[in-house]
Amino acid sequence: MSAIPQLSAGSGPDPAYALVASGNLRRRQAKSRAFEVVTLAAAGIAVLMLLILVYYAASRGLSQLSFSFLFGTLPLLNGSVGPLPGGIGPALAGTVELSLIGTIVALPVGVLTAIYVSEFSGPRGRRVVETYLNLMAGLPTIIAGVFIALLIANNLGQSAIAGGLALAIVEVPLIARASLESISRVPGTLREAADALGVARWRTVLGVILPTASNSIVTATILAVARAAGETAPLLFTCTLFSQNYAFNPLHSVASVPLELFSLMESGDPQAVDKAWGAAFLLMVTILIVNILARVWLRRSERKRGL
Amino acid sequence: MSLSDLPIETAVHPRPTGARPRLRLSDRALAPAIEHAALTPEVVRAPQVVFESRDVSVNYGEKRAVEHISMDIHRNKTTALIGPSGCGKSTFLRCLNRMNDSIPGFRLGGELLYHGHNLYAPQANRVEVRRRIGMVFQKPNPFPKSIHDNIAWAARNLGMRDNVDERVERALRAAALWDEVKDRLKSSALGLSGGQQQRLCIARAIAIEPDVLLLDEPASALDPIATASIEDLIHELKVTYTIVIVTHNMQQAMRVADRTAFFSLDETRIGTLIEYSDTDKLFSRPADTRTHAYITGQFG
Amino acid sequence: MLDARANRTLKWLAFAGGALVFLTMFAIAYKVIEGATMAFDKYGLSFMTHMSWNASAGTFHASSFIYGSVVTSVVSVVISAVLGVSIGLFLALMAPRRVAAVIGPLVEMLAAIPSVVLGLIGIYLICPFIASTIEPALHTTLGFLPIFGAPQSVGNSLFAASLVLVIMVVPIIAALTRDLFLTVPRELRDGAEALGSTRWEVIRGVVLPTTSSGVIAACVLGFGRAIGEAIAVSQVAGDQPLAHLNLFLGGNTLASALALQLPNPVSNLHTSALFYCAAILFAFGLITNLIAQRISRSFNRSHVRRVRPAKPNASSAISASPQ
Repeated sequence: MSAIPQLSAGSGPDPAYALVASGNLRRRQAKSRAFEVVTLAAAGIAVLMLLILVYYAASRGLSQLSFSFLFGTLPLLNGSVGPLPGGIGPALAGTVELSLIGTIVALPVGVLTAIYVSEFSGPRGRRVVETYLNLMAGLPTIIAGVFIALLIANNLGQSAIAGGLALAIVEVPLIARASLESISRVPGTLREAADALGVARWRTVLGVILPTASNSIVTATILAVARAAGETAPLLFTCTLFSQNYAFNPLHSVASVPLELFSLMESGDPQAVDKAWGAAFLLMVTILIVNILARVWLRRSERKRGL
Repeated sequence: MSLSDLPIETAVHPRPTGARPRLRLSDRALAPAIEHAALTPEVVRAPQVVFESRDVSVNYGEKRAVEHISMDIHRNKTTALIGPSGCGKSTFLRCLNRMNDSIPGFRLGGELLYHGHNLYAPQANRVEVRRRIGMVFQKPNPFPKSIHDNIAWAARNLGMRDNVDERVERALRAAALWDEVKDRLKSSALGLSGGQQQRLCIARAIAIEPDVLLLDEPASALDPIATASIEDLIHELKVTYTIVIVTHNMQQAMRVADRTAFFSLDETRIGTLIEYSDTDKLFSRPADTRTHAYITGQFG
Repeated sequence: MLDARANRTLKWLAFAGGALVFLTMFAIAYKVIEGATMAFDKYGLSFMTHMSWNASAGTFHASSFIYGSVVTSVVSVVISAVLGVSIGLFLALMAPRRVAAVIGPLVEMLAAIPSVVLGLIGIYLICPFIASTIEPALHTTLGFLPIFGAPQSVGNSLFAASLVLVIMVVPIIAALTRDLFLTVPRELRDGAEALGSTRWEVIRGVVLPTTSSGVIAACVLGFGRAIGEAIAVSQVAGDQPLAHLNLFLGGNTLASALALQLPNPVSNLHTSALFYCAAILFAFGLITNLIAQRISRSFNRSHVRRVRPAKPNASSAISASPQ
């Protein structure tokens, strides 16, 4: 066995063809692995950031949570010394009210916009409306607040309705885009089948298309509400003149958790800051949980329908 | 000396004991095919085995795709894998350069040897495997780069940085594409026709001087003229390379292949190797009734 | 009869919905510009080029806010692009599917954290941390760069604002680029792998070049998000109408100035100057968003062509028909 390589079948491994890294491969693979470690680390950093944020908010806010904190009237920030009684009850109630107002406006507008684009607009109209929806989604939320302040609050005064409308501007593109996506996913055959049967368009839309897309629309709405409920900027000029007490009149300002949190932390009073942490923890955890549940629910319902 | 006489440990894959010599292949490894092809006449007479498949089976999760595949694939021959769709010929082909590894649940049973080295041994380097065993796919998949860069890209990665232009030209000539594209090497490869794209993919594969070329239905997406040019090319390439081609076109197998393996589903609806022999024998005197039925067009 | 009327009603209602979206954007532009008229008449374009903002003295020039907005957004997008694209690659191409299914949503959760909460955490956790560790470390190692000048004792600075913005922008870029990388066809990656390429080479040589414009669009969108953020930035940026090269000094941004000053303006001119700021901010948001849409639309158009492999038996050039 000298110069001639082994020839017959199965005569043992030929060392010239050993499948170990040859040439520059070792270095290249080291580089590749280093890169893989970097991407893993990046993902790790993001998850770690989330954990740190939640943990830190919990460590400072969890102890604040109590019955009186959840339901008590807002603390009076007048700089006086001594214990600072009060909670965020009216703010919780106000946030619910504001979200309701925002959603009552945004849901129909968002869904109708989606229906218009998917059923009536034609490709050019679709492009225009989609462009504007994207612009609206990218609108700085504080601009929504400035706009409603200029349009309504500066003339008729601040109110829950004004605040709700500002939140609606934030919600509409979220609801509309998600609705549009889910309506577009309704199989064309369903539509054709309905058309072939001579069913009127409105019956198809209301009876076939919307029910089929309803899960996604509901999820999108919940996510939009979760987003709006945490927004401060749209309310900053539209719904701030609230009292310490429970108030529900939509023609006047109502308190809200983000704004109350904002004024608590701006005050600098250590006791107020403690309460701010309680509110922050509550707001953050609620929004995260709603997010998780909505996604899980959507995925499950989609899997059930085999999408 | 037959296989069974050898202690399995040595024959299959040398275990990574401390004494195992670590082979650092430098320049020699870059062109093993060419070097060995020019050996003494004995080489030509006794076929050298490139792949040796021993009772290979493939599972995807719980589902078994192919089983009981035992065959030798010879150096500088074109071996065709034919059979009805779903019989596992492509699956088997993709095992030869470990392209199935990234599919979730993939598991290979039995043993697959490449020049005596277990392809799936823990110390076998997947990237090295693919560098030696190139593959061309069913759909032409040129990169969205220029024609030149499509070919030069992998070569540059591998450190073949000298005379890149020459290398590109050689690969394009070998793939019978040079005359058509020599004036537009800098333009996008996506502007080529389907047949040209496929030949570019072949050029791209041979530019890095592999040992084996695996062709997975390379002409199935092409028109007859482009198909003919690919087949001509295969004839020229087998002088230098060992070629394994999957095709569902029997005429094509007859035209290009020295050896042909017929795959089909067995009684349990799992893909398996039915018959493997010289191409003219398989088509003129098939040993198995199922082969006969298939080549006479009774099913498939 | 009933059907015809109902059809018409639905069509008009749907049209009204679409039109409302359309009109809202115009109404916003109109109202904000109208509010800014007084300041615009007084200062004209010098409002954006000069740097003195003194509410009690009644002089308003916003270049320091514009500077702060651009700098914080650029810094945060640069950091977020590195992190976000890496995460996108990890989720789309590296992680096993089950791992990606857990980590992906967790990363997206970062985007769900309300900005007011981030502001609070910024004040009490991030600012002290960077003032005590990150800023001194950067100053000692990279202090020769003017942007890493001498730190202050408090961490409230444009740098702090940038880092808080990173938390908001990373999930956006990560989610967008992950979806983008998933559109790179399997055949293309297989083709690269079959040439004996390492994972990094496949990404560097095939995945990133095919998706580059989409990645840029994602970063531009992230920029738009960063520049519009008001509440969190207002808490950590330092609230000073100054523009320093040194990132470790306090500054302010357009959005943050609005959040801090518009609730309590001292004069009509002050209010109008703030609306002028709002108009600039609106324009920034609009332009970045339009750029991102333009890029991603052209990306989609060319991507369709790239993604589709050559048509069966196509001896004609595939570029002829974008299908």
